[in-house]
Amino acid sequence: MALLEVSKLGVRFARHDGGPVDAVQDVSFALESGRTLGIVGESGSGKSQTVMALLGLIAPNGTVTGEASYRGENLLHMRTRELNRIRGERIAMIFQDPMTSLNPFLTIERQMTETLQLHRQMSRRAARMRAIEALESVRIPDAARRIGMYPHEFSGGMRQRVMIAMALLCEPDILIADEPTTALDVTVQAQIIELLRELNRERGTAIILITHDMGVVAGLCDDVMVMYAGRTVEQASARALFAAPRHPYTVGLLNALPRLTDASDAPLRTIPGNPPLPGMAGAGCAFAPRCAYALDLCRRERPILKEFEGGVRACHKPASEIAGLRVEVQA
Amino acid sequence: MTISTSAPLRSDDTLLSVDDLTVHFSVPHGGRRALPWSPKATVRAVERVSFDVRRGETVGLVGESGCGKSTLARALIGLAPVTSGSIRWRGAQTVQGARRDVAQLRRDVQMIFQDPLASLDPRMTIEQIVAEPLRTHRSGIGRADLRARVLAMLERVGLNAYHLQRYPHEFSGGQCQRVGIARALIAEPQLVICDEPVSALDVSIQAQIVNLLRDLQRELSLSLLFVAHDLAVVKAISHRVLVMYLGRVMEFGAKQAVYGEPQHPYTRALLAAVPTPDPAIERTREPVLLRGELPSPLDPPSGCVFRTRCPQAVDACAGEVPEAVVRAQPASRVACIRVGVS
Repeated sequence: MALLEVSKLGVRFARHDGGPVDAVQDVSFALESGRTLGIVGESGSGKSQTVMALLGLIAPNGTVTGEASYRGENLLHMRTRELNRIRGERIAMIFQDPMTSLNPFLTIERQMTETLQLHRQMSRRAARMRAIEALESVRIPDAARRIGMYPHEFSGGMRQRVMIAMALLCEPDILIADEPTTALDVTVQAQIIELLRELNRERGTAIILITHDMGVVAGLCDDVMVMYAGRTVEQASARALFAAPRHPYTVGLLNALPRLTDASDAPLRTIPGNPPLPGMAGAGCAFAPRCAYALDLCRRERPILKEFEGGVRACHKPASEIAGLRVEVQA
Repeated sequence: MTISTSAPLRSDDTLLSVDDLTVHFSVPHGGRRALPWSPKATVRAVERVSFDVRRGETVGLVGESGCGKSTLARALIGLAPVTSGSIRWRGAQTVQGARRDVAQLRRDVQMIFQDPLASLDPRMTIEQIVAEPLRTHRSGIGRADLRARVLAMLERVGLNAYHLQRYPHEFSGGQCQRVGIARALIAEPQLVICDEPVSALDVSIQAQIVNLLRDLQRELSLSLLFVAHDLAVVKAISHRVLVMYLGRVMEFGAKQAVYGEPQHPYTRALLAAVPTPDPAIERTREPVLLRGELPSPLDPPSGCVFRTRCPQAVDACAGEVPEAVVRAQPASRVACIRVGVS
């Protein structure tokens, strides 16, 4: 049995002007213990709402459908009290902007020991020792002194380290990282990704990484799920997906990414148009208006997810015709 | 202790030439306990930077956040105070220039900002936003003519007449950035300073905007100063690249040289940190070269500012500030005493 098993997850938001909006529809995935899953998509694709739904963090006007079981317990039907036993302790989360997810009025010590006192009933002193250890494990220099500082006294990269240390305090089975490096410089990003990789390898923490950066996914994830307009369009092992993407959107995303290995003066390959606004996708495939390979069928009927060579894809076009598009990565 | 970048190139093609530009800010000393009347300390945001931009070329400006790249870009058009040094626009001094020269400069040099929505006035229609530079710089233009030119410009950046009467909040990030580009280009500038123009956009939209800027540049023989922290994006659009660290120039040269044979240890470390979308490469990559983060620009290291994080630093690096000069082939200017020493 997988550590976390999500099936047919949906998130729908009610609006006071107009009908409801489906932010996430029919999303299924499984996360085995010690594995890393990347969820990739552009803004508005539903990748963040998917994991927020798992932790009961959906806005009050949202409803969640489907199932999500963590070690056999359905997270979606839990009372807040039961959920509080799991989130923060067994499943921890770090966010994109470490400044806005830390409380600016409290010292790092106060924010870190809170988790331990709550979940582990530790004394303040023991919690402090444990917190300092955690800060040291994410390589914050001079942790014993810096634990007394406020969030604004740390740089962006250091704040993200604090967030990671905080998430690891209770040694969770699953760490969900929502765009953890988007606000950081490449040099700091490389350090944070290396840190996450070590955590995964040394402690066996399973990681769900949400990102729009295919490069970051390549560095960290075993499996990848690509989302577009609230739905999964392709899911496969990272190795297979990067070597031979089977959905036109995945191909487009990989092609649109500028690379250091690119020949100098070729224009970037783009995906024309814009992603649909949430709730505005029609009856057909949501990607069809931007897809170079769209058939008439694609505009009428939404393709369902079908198994394909160890992964799944949702596309009417035969994969063999799409494989021809794959990007040539120079050695 | 100088970092003058050899003899500046002054061919007829040089539009903008910057010599020893320095921007310092004065802040209350004492960090978290500082009060407005505390003694002042100096933030050395930009320190003796020299470079030039030629007609029709794109100069990419890269570096980590806090390296002074945005301050430099803003100082060029008078949005940040210049402490010393000179900025020449087509040969004429601009810093202490007359008002008329400043107006000329502001018409010839336009800017595109990072946050596409925040840089558009929410109470103006797209037509008003795009027309504003023309009203300011080309007063006396007729109403019908104005609208025709706005429309032509919008169509050029991929929008249309339907968008004229809309407001910024009705647009996506990519569309707002197109409006920002239209606004920058309508007064027919010669140089456009792009401050992180694509970093707030999604990948698929980012590629569209980069291509649009490239096409416009060729068509209008524009010069671009493209400020960004994404090295792959800068590579896709630039002819020459300027690498900054803690307010100083580390390396400046042709794109092929800077990317193909980077000489400064900082340039090499930056390039090595860029993730590649290929698990086979990523999983076997060398451990991170660059440890730690930028030192404070309040108290930069002595000598070479990069030495505290440099894998190749030696004792001599703490001594003098290395000048950004041509040290070896290929002919990039490099500020490192270890380059070219065998």
